[in-house]
Amino acid sequence: MKLKTWFIFLMISTIGVLLSLANAPKIFEYHLLENQQSEINNTDEAYNKMMDVLTHQRCMNYHPNDNIHKQGNDLHSHYFGMERGEDDKGFQATICNACHNSENNKYSGVPRAPHWSLAPASMGWEGLTRSQIPERLVDKNVYGQRSFDELVKHMTEDELVLWAWSPGIDTNDQEREIPPVSKEEFKNVVEYWFDNGAVIPTK
Amino acid sequence: MEISFTVNDVLRTVNVEDENTPLLWVIRDILDLKGTKFGCGKAACGACTLHVDGEAVRSCSYAVKFVQDKTVTTIEGLGNRDNPHPVQLAWVEEIVPQCGYCQPGFMMATAALLTKVPKPTDEDIDNNIINVCRCGTYYRMRKAIHKAAELQAEKDSSESNLV
Repeated sequence: MKLKTWFIFLMISTIGVLLSLANAPKIFEYHLLENQQSEINNTDEAYNKMMDVLTHQRCMNYHPNDNIHKQGNDLHSHYFGMERGEDDKGFQATICNACHNSENNKYSGVPRAPHWSLAPASMGWEGLTRSQIPERLVDKNVYGQRSFDELVKHMTEDELVLWAWSPGIDTNDQEREIPPVSKEEFKNVVEYWFDNGAVIPTK
Repeated sequence: MEISFTVNDVLRTVNVEDENTPLLWVIRDILDLKGTKFGCGKAACGACTLHVDGEAVRSCSYAVKFVQDKTVTTIEGLGNRDNPHPVQLAWVEEIVPQCGYCQPGFMMATAALLTKVPKPTDEDIDNNIINVCRCGTYYRMRKAIHKAAELQAEKDSSESNLV
């Protein structure tokens, strides 16, 4: 075949390929997942992201092992000797609600969410390792016989938990630090981890 | 925004631009009840303590919108010269105040404590009375709190005998 014939054949083929691609299903189209979420590849990844949140100070401050609520990014003890008291909500006449209302207070910097309280003493995480915390979390003998569904509901819907992503300003008018994983991604990884058996990687 | 609530047995209605305005500012600047003090503005010192529906709250950290239809008691409503509250009597008897600035908050916290714990132990006092006094009148306050508990018990006893 002559060179000119080859050239014409090549041109026609190229045009044909381009036309077919134009009419083909949109194989090159892509879209970002809602809220820019990354896909969860395995339970280890879900576990690690979940633990990045559970070990963040916004969560750890409310899970002490000494009945003393912690404050700030340095997890210092709650000022003025406030402790767990009765029903995890302070003492008889000095209850949490004496200072903490149902919303963050922008004037005083006092944080608040509905049913503000400490986590139960049985859920003390302070000082535990990243594997000991989920062990305690899923141990029904420790945490009030809660099922996986109940734990997922608590961790993904409870306004007190979700407060971590809208913690407001502190008493120095500085925005409180939020956990390193977005609220939406945290919900996804919690559901994924529990749906896949709540496997703790180190075990 | 219009907010109505009862203050020292009187129904009051106030207009505020910001519904999150601290109750303390409304009490002092609009209702002109100066007994409740501004200390830190951070719900820390307790100088602004008053009662909302009988519970001691830090009014500097209490948005006025939350007080709608509720009952507020300030130090002016706790008692008066003719009919002082047992806490006020005890405070006078034990000569508690030095500069006096923080004392209304302490007295309101104590009155709330006595309704919950009529005969508080030292531990109850330590747990519940966590206001701050820069004059360091804590020891006299502790004596006054125990004294107030006695006076309250005597008052309750005499009132029950009248019934």
